[in-house]
Order: sequence, then C-alpha cells, then structure tokens
Amino acid sequence: MPDMVPMSVAQPQERQFNPYSDNGGTILAVAGANFSVIAGDTRQSEGYSIQTRYAPKVFRLTDKAVLAVNGFAADGNMFVKKVKQRLEWYRHAHSKDMPLRAVARLIQSMLYARRFFPYYVYNILGGIEEDGSGAVYSFDPVGSYEREACRAAGAASSLVQPFLDNQIYFKNQTPAPGTSHPAHLALTDVLALVIDSFTSATERHIEVGDGLEMYVVLAKGSPLQGLELVQGVQEMSTTTDGERVFIVRRNLKRD
Amino acid sequence: MDHSPMNWGRPRNDAVDLYGTYPIPQRPYNGSKGSFSAGVQHTQQPIVTGTSVLAIKYKDGIMMAADNLASYGSLARFKDVQRLQAVGDYTVIGASGDMSDFQYIQTVLDELMVDEFTAADGHSLGPAEIHEYLSQIMYARRSKMNPLWNSLLVGGFKDGKRFLAYVDLLGTTYSASTLATGYGSYIAQPLLRKAVEGYEDVLTEEEALKIIEDSMKVLYYRDARSLNKYQVAKITAAGTSISESRSAETIWSFAEDIRGYGAQTQ
Amino acid sequence: MFRNTYDSDNTVFSPQGRLHQVEYALEAVKQGSAAVGLRSKSHSVLLALKRSAGELASYQQKMFRIDDHVGIAIAGLTSDARVLSNFMRQQAMSSRMIFNRPVPVNRLVSAMADKAQVNTQEYGRRPYGVGFLVIGQDQSGPHLYEFSPSGNSYEYYAMSIGARSQSAKTYLEKHYESFADCDLDELIRHGLHALRETLQQDKELNVKNTSIGIVGSASPNETGVSPTGAFRILEGEKVDVFIKTMIPKETDAPAPTTDEDVQMAE
Repeated sequence: MPDMVPMSVAQPQERQFNPYSDNGGTILAVAGANFSVIAGDTRQSEGYSIQTRYAPKVFRLTDKAVLAVNGFAADGNMFVKKVKQRLEWYRHAHSKDMPLRAVARLIQSMLYARRFFPYYVYNILGGIEEDGSGAVYSFDPVGSYEREACRAAGAASSLVQPFLDNQIYFKNQTPAPGTSHPAHLALTDVLALVIDSFTSATERHIEVGDGLEMYVVLAKGSPLQGLELVQGVQEMSTTTDGERVFIVRRNLKRD
Repeated sequence: MDHSPMNWGRPRNDAVDLYGTYPIPQRPYNGSKGSFSAGVQHTQQPIVTGTSVLAIKYKDGIMMAADNLASYGSLARFKDVQRLQAVGDYTVIGASGDMSDFQYIQTVLDELMVDEFTAADGHSLGPAEIHEYLSQIMYARRSKMNPLWNSLLVGGFKDGKRFLAYVDLLGTTYSASTLATGYGSYIAQPLLRKAVEGYEDVLTEEEALKIIEDSMKVLYYRDARSLNKYQVAKITAAGTSISESRSAETIWSFAEDIRGYGAQTQ
Repeated sequence: MFRNTYDSDNTVFSPQGRLHQVEYALEAVKQGSAAVGLRSKSHSVLLALKRSAGELASYQQKMFRIDDHVGIAIAGLTSDARVLSNFMRQQAMSSRMIFNRPVPVNRLVSAMADKAQVNTQEYGRRPYGVGFLVIGQDQSGPHLYEFSPSGNSYEYYAMSIGARSQSAKTYLEKHYESFADCDLDELIRHGLHALRETLQQDKELNVKNTSIGIVGSASPNETGVSPTGAFRILEGEKVDVFIKTMIPKETDAPAPTTDEDVQMAE
C-alpha cells in the first residue's frame, strides 16, 4: 500500500479538497395499483459517527409526488430545495401541480445539468400518474432514470433490493400449480414488506437505523385500503378531494 | 470525517493511521501545481485552528462551550481567542476549524444583522434563519471548491423554541439535542448523549452546566490541541450571554506513575 | 387627455414641480377595472372586478398568487403586472431559499416600490402602468398594502384602486372602523359592497366578473383550504355563495361619481 510508506521517505503528494461525503442511510419505494409507498430511515452518519438520529430523507413535493434522496446529505437537501422551487414556478405558470412523469423528467434534467460536478445523490420518486396508477421512478446521480415497480437505494440497497426482487417481483418463486403471482400487492402487504426491509437492514448495516418514515400516496378517489387502521398514520395532503399523502413513522433500533 | 483539523474535508482512508497515532500529522503538499498555480489560490488546508465546540439543549434553552485556544499546527499559538459569538439577540454560533475563515464569517453575519437592524420593521432573523443562511454560504463555497474550513454550531432561542444545529465546510447540516464538533464528536458526544437525550425538558441550568464542564474536562485531558480555559454561552428566553473564561479542576498526579512514553523509558 | 409641454421625458420636472409621465402612469391605473382590499385582525381580502373584451372573450386575470402567504390584485396594464408579479415571486422564493423564511410582506412591497422608483428617475425608461393591492400575512399578522407606479407604497386598513374606485373608497371610509373585528364572511361582504359601488348603473357583480383573494383561515363557505390559511383566489362558482350574502342596494339613489375618475368606454 503506497500510503503505508514511512513518512520520512514519503513523496510530496497533491491532495485537494474533497467536496463530497457519504451520509449513509437507505431509501426504498414500491408502486401499487393505485398507491405508492416511499420510505427512508432517518439516521444521518459520517464514517462511524452518527451525526443525528433524525434527518428526514423523504420529502412531499406535491399531493401526488414524494421524493426520497440518499447519498451526500448537503447535496440532497439542496437538490430537494431546488426541485421544490421549480415546482412552485410550475404552479405559478399553470395553476396546478406538475404531473408525476413531468417531475421525473425535470429531475433528470436537473441532475444531468450537473453532469460534470454531480449531485452525489440517488433519487427515488414515488407518486400517482395522471392515469391514477401508482408509480416509482429511480435515478442515478447524473440523471439516468426509469419507471419501475420497486427500488431500493443507498447504503443497504444491496441488502434490500434482492429481498424486494423476491417478494415483489416474485423472483425465484414458483407459484403453486394452477395459480399465478399477483400483479400488484395490497397496501398493507407493501407496508409490512417495507417495515421488514428496514428492520432487517438495521440489523445488518451500521449506517441504517434510528427511525423510519414511510409516505403513502393514494390515487384520487381511492379508498384508504386499510391505511386507516395503521397506528400513528398522519395525513400530509393539502386537500382531501385529490391525491392524498400520508406518513407513517416507526422506530428502528438505535445501536 | 477524520476530525483532525489537518484532515478535514479530505477523503477518508481507513487503511492508514486512522486515529492519528503517528506523532507528526503529514501535512499535504501545498507547493506549486503547475504553470497556472500562481493564479487564484483556494484554501487547501486550515492554518490557525480551533478545536471542539460542544452544545446541548436543556430546559431553558441552549448551552454551548468552546475553549480559548487557536493552534498553529501543534503550536498553542493564541490562548485568548473567543470562539463563541452572539449573532443578534437570539443566536450564538460556535466555531471550530480555521479561525481566519471564522472571522470572515463573523463579518458576513455582522453585515447581515446590520441590514436587518436598519430595516427596523419589527422582523428579525432567528437562529433557524441564521443557520439556513450560513448553510447556504458554506455550501456555495464548497461548490466553488473554495471552502470556509469550519465546523459551526448554531444555537438559539426564539418565540419560545430552542434551536440547535450544525453546519460544516461541506455544507452538511443536521440538528440534534446534543452536538459536538471535531474531537468532541468522538470524545464528548457519547457523554453528552447519555446525559441529555430524553432529559432535554427537565435539565436545569446547573445540571446542564455540570454536563458541559465535565465534558470540557474530559476533552482537555484527551485532546492535545485543547486548552483548560474556555467559555460557556447560554441562550434562553432572556437572550444570549457568554461567560468570562473559566477553567476546570484537573488532577495530573497519576502522570508520575506512567512509564513508557517520550524520553522516560524506565 | 391633455398634452403637456414637459411630458416627453420622465426625468424632466415641469415648472410646477411635477413629473407628467409619472402622473400619466397613475392615470393608466385608473383606466383598469377596480380592485378593493380590506383587512381585519385575522384576515386580509381582495376583491376585483374582471372585464371581458366582449361576449366571445374570456375575462381578464385580476389576481396573482405570489407565495403561500402573499397575493395581489392589479389595476392597469396586465402585461406590466406580470413582470412585477414575477419580480415579487422571485423575491419570495429567494427569501425561502436563503433564510427558509416567508418574505415579510412590507419588505416585498418596499423592494417593488424601489424598483418602480428607478423608472421615474432614469433616462430612457417609463414608469410601470399598473397599481397593486397586496395582501399577505407574516409574523406581525395580516396586511394590506397599495403599490403605485410613482414608487409609493402605503399600508391600509382598506383601499381601492382602478376605475371609479373613489366610490368604493367612500364606502370603505364609511365602514372601515368595523372591519378589524369582522369575521371573514363579513369582511368579504363589505368588500363586495364596496366593489359594487364601482359598477356602472346597469351592471352587477356575478360569478363571472368577480374575483376574491383571501389570506387567513378558511370561511365556513370554503373547502380545501390549507391549515395555515394560505393565499387563495376564488373565482366562478366558488364566489356565488359570497355574492348571495350581499344586501341589495336601494336602487333609487344613483351611485355617486366623482370628477377624478375616468369613465371607461366599454
């Protein structure tokens, strides 16, 4: 290892300011038939230090769009702020909220605009499309994106994504003879999967834990689908006659 | 982050000298980098540095502490430096890292508060607004690859609400009921969390002061770039106040029995 | 309109000490259809009369949302209003970006007045041809301001601008002392009564020609209002319920008109 040479013979080396850091944590989103669940833990860390046990990574953009941001926290917070301001200008110009697929494209262009000094963040956008279907869009830091049924990102993505592949896409599962796998899971099943994903990630990854925030976006006119029975659910939407946004909080282990 | 001020903002390298055990920290090469190096120079490293700042929430507001030392590498260069600064009527900021950058931040905030004062319209900036403003400055400077080499704590009390948050040279921000910068984040933060978390609304001023004093003492015992001369700020409904310099009672008699360090081998 | 000797350049005073271009700009405001604003202890409201170019045309836009806590009603050149409202939106957004704070309403109006003043002093410019009523809420409660192209801005309990606005002003001056303790529905009704005074004899307020702008908590007659009482514009069927609360006017006394107002040919 070159770094291990004794200092007495070490050559002068050029090391410049590194503008990035990794603040850990994990985010996850799952699309249902007429809902979308977007979740993230609330721990923010750097190296082995927990900076805070409560720093939200999931943000309500509009009544039909929720964005989860993971990676370098300073970039993430700034990026969310800028997206929110772009959506505000859209509201000024059009007197309505931007459709989800347009928010997705907006995020891609904002990310790609910084192709050569990227926002070091993985974005997952969840919400309801104009046709009323639940949707999840996932992005890489420079804007490459696609619509998916589910996606995990961040520190424990390599732990969570295979679990989702198995439980949501039914990978490596064979249906019982004469039956088939469902195309969409029920909301309560998805919430249970999300909670299990995060408790498991908390067990196995040191950068995940402390708290869990799950946003649920329901399509216009959709029934609550069991959400009313979930303990501690809170409504975040501005109106009750359009798409509706709810938040569910859970504690995760703090060790 | 490696909290040795020499290494702030640099990539973490776990393969080597993680705890800075080697006696002389290797200073980065800071010489000519080519034909255009004589052009605009950006900060590559902090020069005169302050060490940890601690802060906690308690029943009546926020308490914050920092020592009076500004080091020049391992030299204890300035021993009467104030690293806590009131900004307006509701806020105190505490700085570790480069002291000249901190003085620049103070002038920027002074200008801001003068502008705010001259508006004289009954609106005033609270700790949350000042922290947001600072974060924007710190993030903008890091984005120009010309950072202000500091970790700052912002504590305040306004409209019946306590506020405590952190911002550093990367623009990273967070908020918690106990905060510490630099070595304090390794040494004092666990002690603060144990003493404060869950008791934010019941801790009295005396209890809070005891927690701060104990933590400052531990830091003085363990942080070689610290000084047993520090100030304590409190921010409550009554406003801000920063104490005179004080010191902790320390006992060094055990040092006589220690063998195996330095020249003393027997 | 008369033609004056000293009116070709707004940087030249007339011997009477007047800037004719600025006064013409004020006339442009009086050409626009009326807008009325009122304030209580808990709410500010705007009411505006929309014109239509004819049976086949839509009605003009008289109100703009600036931010969650600020909205405006305009009288005069709509195109100038769009430029200025964009400026206000930028100010509001930058306050949120830099301080994470909704911009104080007085500072927003002052910034705009300063911008308008420049146009009354610099060579080669023209004043804006539009006046605003600005309502908003901030830490110091609900507010109502008038902005005019001369670069003046004042805060009011109640105010009206635009064509035949003197009639509305007469109504407001008669009743303003009761506004402070009005609830939202009463405040809107007063506003509608004032706005009605600006109508020509055979016209009346209806769902097509009336806009209502509100900041403050929801009326029992509203749905889907955010808990913070953010600015909203009511148009079409949503204003019907408020128009129905109006008390009919005795028709034998014709509405007074004053010399100051300009009669619009419609």
